Amino acid sequence: MTNYLLETFKAKFPDDVLDTHAFRGDETVILKKEALLKAAAFLKDELGFDFLMDLTAADYLPREPRFELVCHFYSSKNNYRLRLKCPVAGTDARVASLTSLWTGANWFEREAYDMYGIKFEGHPDLRRILMYDGFEGHPLRKDYPLKKRQPRIPHRE
Amino acid sequence: MGLETVFGHSFLTTRLDEAVNWGRKYSFFQYPFVTACCGMEYMSVFASAYDIARFGAEYPRFSPRQADVLFVVGTVNEKLAPVLKRVYDQMCEPKWVVSFGVCATSGGFYDNYATVQGIDKIIPVDIYIPGCPPRPEAILDALIKLQEKVSRESVLDRKYK
Ligand code: SF4
Repeated sequence: MTNYLLETFKAKFPDDVLDTHAFRGDETVILKKEALLKAAAFLKDELGFDFLMDLTAADYLPREPRFELVCHFYSSKNNYRLRLKCPVAGTDARVASLTSLWTGANWFEREAYDMYGIKFEGHPDLRRILMYDGFEGHPLRKDYPLKKRQPRIPHRE
Repeated sequence: MGLETVFGHSFLTTRLDEAVNWGRKYSFFQYPFVTACCGMEYMSVFASAYDIARFGAEYPRFSPRQADVLFVVGTVNEKLAPVLKRVYDQMCEPKWVVSFGVCATSGGFYDNYATVQGIDKIIPVDIYIPGCPPRPEAILDALIKLQEKVSRESVLDRKYK
């Protein structure tokens, strides 16, 4: 079955789309991270995706590229949803920030930075958002030690 | 209180204990340190069905300086730990702490980078209530246990040195 969204996307970015799938109406595009910003701009400006619903990441250690950036877009005009995924190498954990297109990407990207240590280039204020100052490392990385604690005040006993 | 330093363990101070403890245990002013889902059960204990007012403990104070029981209700994480300690430090003696639910008691199932594995790592605790969340009856049971504990105390005790 041909899929309008995925076909349009593949036709527009033939060199950047790595893979696509559509499982029960869940359209997903896997894309080179270099093309993220222009693909997102295309979605926003030409396909009417006006809402960045979520932006997060996942760690697939020991696979390389270990990280995957996951963005969910929604079009309130057409009631379409689309998921973009970009593989991100652990040795070069940097991606373009989407804050220039959706201001709401700001805190999502800070969270992904806090939890996974992915740097978003062009982000206006890339600081931790959940963990406290002085916290070391990125706790949702699979190589963060399971039992490691970083208390802010000394514990009793 | 002053008098007891002069009289020590004598008839006067033991009678005084009884009067003071009677007053204390039936007029707990609590500080609800509510952080998570256990708060729902905590609220229901206040509502008419369970009615914690029957035990004289119905009046939550949102200033630690006016409270004498600290109810730690819900998950406490490492980020919040200094706040909990500070609230506890601001309370005047005599003061008691109730750890409400498994999260506050042991971290519960949140054995991870963020969660304090029991608030007794931060402050001393008098009563632990198990359950996720505990039923309102369990909270009333804990309150009665706390009253029993208070009635065994003496004005000569300095609780947490
Ligand atoms: S003990 Fe259960 S109900 Fe209470 S705060 Fe923890 S998870 Fe929520």
